[in-house]
This record gives sequence, C-alpha cells and structure tokens, in this order.
Amino acid sequence: MADTTPLLSVRDLQVHFPVRAASAWPWEGARPLKAVDAVSFDLYAGQTLGVVGESGCGKSTLARALLHLHPATGGSIVWRGQEMRRATPAQWLAVRKDIQMVFQDPLASLNPRMTVAQIIGEPLRIHHPELDAPAVMARVRSMMDRVGLTAQQINRYPHEFSGGQCQRIGIARALILSPKLVVCDEPVSALDVSIQAQIVNLLQDLQRELGLALIFIAHDLAVVRHISQRVMVMYLGRSVEIAERKALYQHPRHPYTQALLSAIPLLDPVAERNKVAQLLPGDLPSPLNPPSGCVFRTRCPQAQDACSVTVPTLQTDAQGHAVACLRA
Amino acid sequence: MPTLIPKSVTEAAEPAQRSPWLDARIRFMRNRAAVVSLLILSCIVLACVLGPLLLPYSYEDTDWNQMGIAPTLTGWHLFGTDELGRDLLVRTLVGGRISLTVGLLATLVSVSLGVAWGAVAGFVGGRVDALMMRIVDILYAIPYLLIAIMMVTILGRDFYLVVLTISAFSWMDMARVVRGQTLSIRSKEYVEAARAIGVPTWRIIFSHVVPNLLGIVVIYTSITVPGVILTESVLSFLGLGVQEPMTSWGVLIHDGANVMASSPWMIWFPGAALTITLYCANFIGDGMRDALDPKER
Amino acid sequence: MTTPSPKVPVLQVKDLQVQFATNDGPVYAVNGVSFDLARGQTLGIVGESGSGKSQTALAMMGLLARQGQASGQVLYQGQNLLTLAPDALNTLRGAHIAMVFQDPMTALNPYLTVERQMTEVLQWHKGLDRRAARQRALAMLDAVKIPDAAGRISRYPHEFSGGMRQRVMLAMSLLCEPEILLADEPTTALDVTVQAQILALLRELQRDLGTAIVLITHDLGVVAGVCDQVLVMYGGRVMEQGSVEHIFARAAHPYTRGLLQAIPRMDGEASSLRAIPGTPPLMAQLPSGCPFAPRCALADAQCSQEVPVLQAIAASQAADEPFVAHRACHRTEAQVLHHEVLEAGHG
Repeated sequence: MADTTPLLSVRDLQVHFPVRAASAWPWEGARPLKAVDAVSFDLYAGQTLGVVGESGCGKSTLARALLHLHPATGGSIVWRGQEMRRATPAQWLAVRKDIQMVFQDPLASLNPRMTVAQIIGEPLRIHHPELDAPAVMARVRSMMDRVGLTAQQINRYPHEFSGGQCQRIGIARALILSPKLVVCDEPVSALDVSIQAQIVNLLQDLQRELGLALIFIAHDLAVVRHISQRVMVMYLGRSVEIAERKALYQHPRHPYTQALLSAIPLLDPVAERNKVAQLLPGDLPSPLNPPSGCVFRTRCPQAQDACSVTVPTLQTDAQGHAVACLRA
Repeated sequence: MPTLIPKSVTEAAEPAQRSPWLDARIRFMRNRAAVVSLLILSCIVLACVLGPLLLPYSYEDTDWNQMGIAPTLTGWHLFGTDELGRDLLVRTLVGGRISLTVGLLATLVSVSLGVAWGAVAGFVGGRVDALMMRIVDILYAIPYLLIAIMMVTILGRDFYLVVLTISAFSWMDMARVVRGQTLSIRSKEYVEAARAIGVPTWRIIFSHVVPNLLGIVVIYTSITVPGVILTESVLSFLGLGVQEPMTSWGVLIHDGANVMASSPWMIWFPGAALTITLYCANFIGDGMRDALDPKER
Repeated sequence: MTTPSPKVPVLQVKDLQVQFATNDGPVYAVNGVSFDLARGQTLGIVGESGSGKSQTALAMMGLLARQGQASGQVLYQGQNLLTLAPDALNTLRGAHIAMVFQDPMTALNPYLTVERQMTEVLQWHKGLDRRAARQRALAMLDAVKIPDAAGRISRYPHEFSGGMRQRVMLAMSLLCEPEILLADEPTTALDVTVQAQILALLRELQRDLGTAIVLITHDLGVVAGVCDQVLVMYGGRVMEQGSVEHIFARAAHPYTRGLLQAIPRMDGEASSLRAIPGTPPLMAQLPSGCPFAPRCALADAQCSQEVPVLQAIAASQAADEPFVAHRACHRTEAQVLHHEVLEAGHG
C-alpha cells in the first residue's frame, strides 16, 4: 500500500540568483533573478511526478536545487523527514546515495575520457570504497544488462555510442546505488522519436522493478502524460497547478494549463485542424522583473484587476487537485 | 551501392577499444606534414646528441691549418670553419644541444607554471581568478627584452638564468588558455553529474577536469617550444645568451651575420638548422591541434 | 480540405539523389525522392536523424556543402534547379524560392539590424529604394503579428525572443512573395505554445499568398496540423508517401506504423508505448537492402538484400483521392496490417 508520509516534501522553494546588470555601478546591489520562486509538492515512494513547463519556467533549476547542485535560497526541502535545505555537505553526501539524476544531453553528461565501466562504477567507488575492483565490475555488468546494454561494450568510450545508448549509460550510473528517487531532467528531449519510446519504457520498467520514485521533467506534455501519476505545471518559477494525471489532462483548472494543453498538436489531421487552440498573446516576462500579483496575468485571458494585486497560492481541493489562481 | 554490413558486425563488440587518445594518434598519423616533421625533428635531435661524439673535433678545437674555409671534405669540415678555425658542423650540433635544451627546459617550466596558474584561477573563480588574471595582464604589458637585459646585466650570463628569463615571459599564454578551458569544463554536464554523485572536489579536478585539459595543454606546449627556441636565439643574437666558447644557434647566427659577405656558409647552416626546427615544430603543433580537436569527431 | 481537381504543380522533384564524398568513401544521403507540389499546398517531409530530410531541402536550394553532389531533377518553371548556373539560381533564391531554418538565432546576422537584413533582400531582388523597402518590411512584420513593428524594426536579432525571431525569419522569407517556401524544422526549437502560434501563422500566410510549402520536421503532430501530403523518410529513402489522411489513418509501411505507435498521444488511453527496437542508421553506414530491415519485425532475407521499390498503393488511385499513395516495402499491405493485429493481441 502507498506510504502515507511523503518521501520528499517541498514547500515554497525559492532559488534566486543575484544578477548584476552589466551597466550597473559597482556599488549597486545585485537584483535577484527568480528562477524558482514558489514551488511546493509532495512525492511518495514509487510514484512519478511529472513536471512540465516551457523554457524559462525554472524546471531545470528546480531539479538542480533538489540535488543541491544549486543552493536553494528559500523554502524547505524535507527528505524522509529531514530538512535538507540548510544541511551540511556531509549530510548531503549521505543523502546523495538515495537521490540521483539523469541529464538532458546524453553525450555531454558523460566524461569523454572515461570508459563506460569507469563512468557507471564511479558512484560505487565513492560511496562504497570497501568494494574491490572485481565486485564493482560485477555490479556494473549486471546494471548494464538491466538497462539494455551489452556487456561487451564495457570498455568503450561515450563517443562510440548512439544518443539512446548514452542515455542508458546515464540511467545505469544513476541507478547503480539503488537510489529511492531519480530526478530526470528532460531525459528524452534530445533523442529521436523511435528511441524516446524505448527510454520511456525502460524507465517505467525500472521503476516498477525497483520501486523508484521519479521526478520526470519535460516540456513534452504527451510524454509526461504517459509516464506520470501526478503532474505539476510550472510558469515563471512558480507551480501553478498540481493534480492527478487524469484530472489535469481532462479538467485543467489553471488558464495556463488550459492554453498549454490546447496548443499540443493532436495526431489526427481532422481533429487537429478543427480544434480551436487558445493562443497566448505576448511573451514570457523576464524572471528579473516578474509582474506583480499573479505572474501569468500579462497573458491570461481571464485576468482581472485583483490579479495584479494578490499573489495566488496553491489551493488544494478534496481530490488533491491544487491550483494557484484567483479565478479557478 | 552502400556497403553490406551484416547485423552480426554492427552488434558485436570490436576487439580493440578506441580511446580518444588512440583516435587522436590515428588522425595525427594521417597528417603527412606532421609525420615528416616529426621524423626530421627526431633526426636533428639525434644528430645534436650523438653527432659531436662521432666527429673528430670538439666545439672549441682550433684547426690552425684550415681557418675560415668553405665547406670541404678534407679534414671532415663539412660545414666549413669559422675565422678562429673552429669546425662549424660540431659547433652547429653543440649549439643545437643548447638551443633545444633551453627550449625544452624553458617550456617545461612555463607549461607547469601556466597550467597550475590557469587551472587554479579557472576552478576557484571569483576574486582569486580576477586577481590572478590581472597579474597576467600586467606581465603582458612589460617589455620582456628590457627586463631580460636588466637581469642579465645584473646577474650575469648563467645558463639557468637564461632558461629562467625565457620561462618568465612564456607562461602567460598557457595560463590564459588553461583558465579558459577550465572554465568551460567546469560548467559541463559531466562535471555536474560528478557533483550529483557526490565526488569530492579534488577528485573532480583530477579525474574529470585534468584529463580533459591535457589535450589543449599538449597543443599549446607544441606551440610554446618554437617560441622559446626563437626567444633564446634572439637573446643570444643580442649577446645576452650563453657565454663563449659555449654556443647556440642564436650565437652562431649572430657571428655568421657579421661575416655574411665573405663567408656566407657561416650563417646558412645554423640559420637552416634553426629554421627547419621551427618549421617542424610548427607542423607538429598543427598536426596535434587537428588530431585532438573534438569537433573532428 | 484539398480539392481533388488536378493542379498544375509549381515544383516537381524527380528522383533526387544526394551523395557526399568523404575520406571513408561515398555517403548516399538521399536516394530517390520524388514529389509534385501545387500552389497553396503543403508537403511534410518526416524523418529521424540520418533520414536525409534536411539534405533534400538543402539540395533543392543549392545549399549543399562542397563535398555534396545532387542529381536528378528539381523542376521549377520548367528549369532544373540542380543544373542552373549560380547567377540564375541566385535570382531565384529569395525571390521565388525561400528557406526558413531551424535556429533563428544562427540564421539571422547578429550584427545587422532587422531592418537592414530585410531591406537588403528587397533592394537586391526587387530593386526598391530604402524607403519603399522599409515600408514593405514594416507591412510584412505586421502581417506576422509582431507587436510595435515600427519600434522593433531597428533592433538587433538578439533583442527578440525565440518565437519573435522565427516570425522575423518568416517575414524575411516572404518579403518577395515567393511561390515556394522550404521550412527546415521551423518550430523544433520553440515552446509548444509558440509553436502553435507559428503554425497558425503559417497556415494564414499560405491562405493569403498561396505559397507552396515544404515543411521538414520530425514531429508528426506538426504534420497533422498543417500538411496536405506527407513523405516519410528513413535511411535516405522514401518509405511511404501520400495524403495526410492516408498516413495517419491507413499507413501501410511498418516504419510509419511503428512511428505512430511509438509516439505518446494526448488522446486515447495512456497505455504502454510500442517502441521500435534498435537505432536509426548512420548515413555513412547504411545497410544493404531496405534501410529499415534491421529494425523491422516483418523483415526477411529478401529485405536485407534487395532495396524495395516505391510502388503505388492500389486503393489510393481512386479518382477522388488527392494524392496517390506510395510505399516501399517487400511485404504486402495485408501482411503489415495482419501483423499489427497479432501484436495488438499480444501487447
């Protein structure tokens, strides 16, 4: 049965970067670039949370903040009951065994001068120095087998593999420590369509087999729909809607989610041409200078005066469907 | 028609592993100019090391019978002699030893200093980086010849001093390049991945940053060498290099320039030796750069 | 949607082949692409990496790299573009045939203002003076719905967002009202909401100007939205070709069907994706026979030895079908569909 305490609990997470304009005087303070401004969600063991949003919404920064690759500047990250935002590097090191990441660019995330065996074995050498070389190799081989790589390729270098195979190496590296959570930052965006399906299927199989929790970040809503149980929509660094998959895709409540869903092309020529897409006017505002009140109001078809004054917070209804909108 | 590639071949593993270094070596071997230059340079080095041992004269022996003569086979004066009767071939080879040794040592010192400086500045970043690079900028502004003259005048013409002087003004390029490369490596995804795994910083520098730096260090080293040899020659030409009777190519060219009208061979041979060495080093450097260029993949 | 009456094609491509000379031997990037394109129609060329779709477009515009050799016929107004002299080709390019590229940042010159780049095109091809050219440029920017065109026209490309830049590219390409527009992955680098805007714009402009469009993409969703006929390429060859309805509802090639099943859909059940095993071939290492054979569940010995020829599908030759569908496969349509029924039973 599902655990009642969340594995990961994030509340009002903020990741601000101090940015100094090139034209500023040296004594002028830096303005904050609000890459992530208010993200909140719960994640349970064995579940997949999909995170969607367009460029500039802060989803990649969120991923890195969850792994402490960028320090979070506000809010809280509670991992299995332990507050991690201000944890020491030693505490983070202990947690890193349990939280791992798969990156977007399969080839760039692998050191070109290391063999596959060295890349996949590195986490073992760091966290389990007591294992001797043959033991490490045995585990590496078995992991390669699990992700669909042939053991004969164990001494090859990354550039000798295709994009899909490199991503499998990245997944093997992330899973070799048997983590409880894997954050996948756009893991299939750089791959060919026919390969995307292979990797998505692989992730789903591994999740079922190992009981992993996944945070699947993508801009492709169709893929997210496929793999996630719950989905969170982000806009300009804030989470604007979180719901169960079916609820989000069939009954989106936030105007941004509605526009996003209607923009996705359908694979049916007749339906696609007859559909009335909601086209969002204007451009994404700058994260250096977000609009007051609701950050989406500059493009929202339902914006009112109240929207420029009050910042909407996530309100959850009885079914667990959370929306940050004054009009929803 | 496209060639037939059976499934068994595309799926089986190749017996040899193709490391990036092996790839680079294969590409280097395809570059004919670089390979020929390597051979020629090896011959020159071998000649400079072994030649004086095989020849009947030493570099300061005076042959009273044949002073200032053109190249001739009698008495094995293949390059001729200078006005003091010293055999030019031996002096050229011995001079080559000096020029090449100074070149090698000065390169070693400047590369070590440059790599260390650049890697620290690039990795630490922030104010330390800014300070270190401003020092480099200031050093660029200083005219090295002036300083070289001052140092030699005050401290005398010692062999190691010459090496030091040359190194002091050759490491800055390497520092800049290594810093740039370190900055770019630092933001690469595989370094991020290493941090995500929990690899400690020192280990990231040694396993992830340095191996990926070596490519560019090798390339710039092969560019530094000709520069250093030339600098030594310039210093010697100005009379600031090694002491008499020890000689180097620069000294020989200087002496040869004085008697160019009457004894042209005095400048031809050392001049040719220097020129050929520099050309070879340049071609090898080009070959290495092309071989190690990641875009060639 | 499309009228069934035969239209005079504005562009005819017959058996286009593209070959590259490399250190390791010749690379056959494109092998035998043929299609007709009429005024106001859109052809979608779909493929993954190594399929040769981009090289097809570049060959048509005469923009192949130096080692590339194109053969076959690309007929525009009776002239074969592949054999045209460079001067004649230059007069056609931009004015009659325009191209839009994937990354608008690299396709626009960062050192010139937008005004300069647009007026340059008009001055060169139409001989307009600066003022008239500026007027036309402004009108075009309005047509692509750039807000405050007059204020923005003197800005530099980096001051525009990705979607805006792509609109500027579209505007530039349509300045001389070309008959044909080649768009190489025009929306791939854009967010989905921006993509929807650009595609809507493309449809509108096509309606107003009657431009024939060749759209290259890997996204079948985009194809469903804007294309009239579709070419599916794999490993440098055409696997299937036909009207957009045919491709989505009655595809008869294992690759096309495999692709449609591998793509996650917004409609229907979120069931397991049916992935195509293996990886797309590298252009330099194409297998003999059918390029899809190594990954095809229906392949046999004949498929690995003999290249299948593109043949018309009988059912599509009816009088009311806008395009005759073709496919290149050794198996019959019945076998392909039957296999899928079996798979669905097990899947």
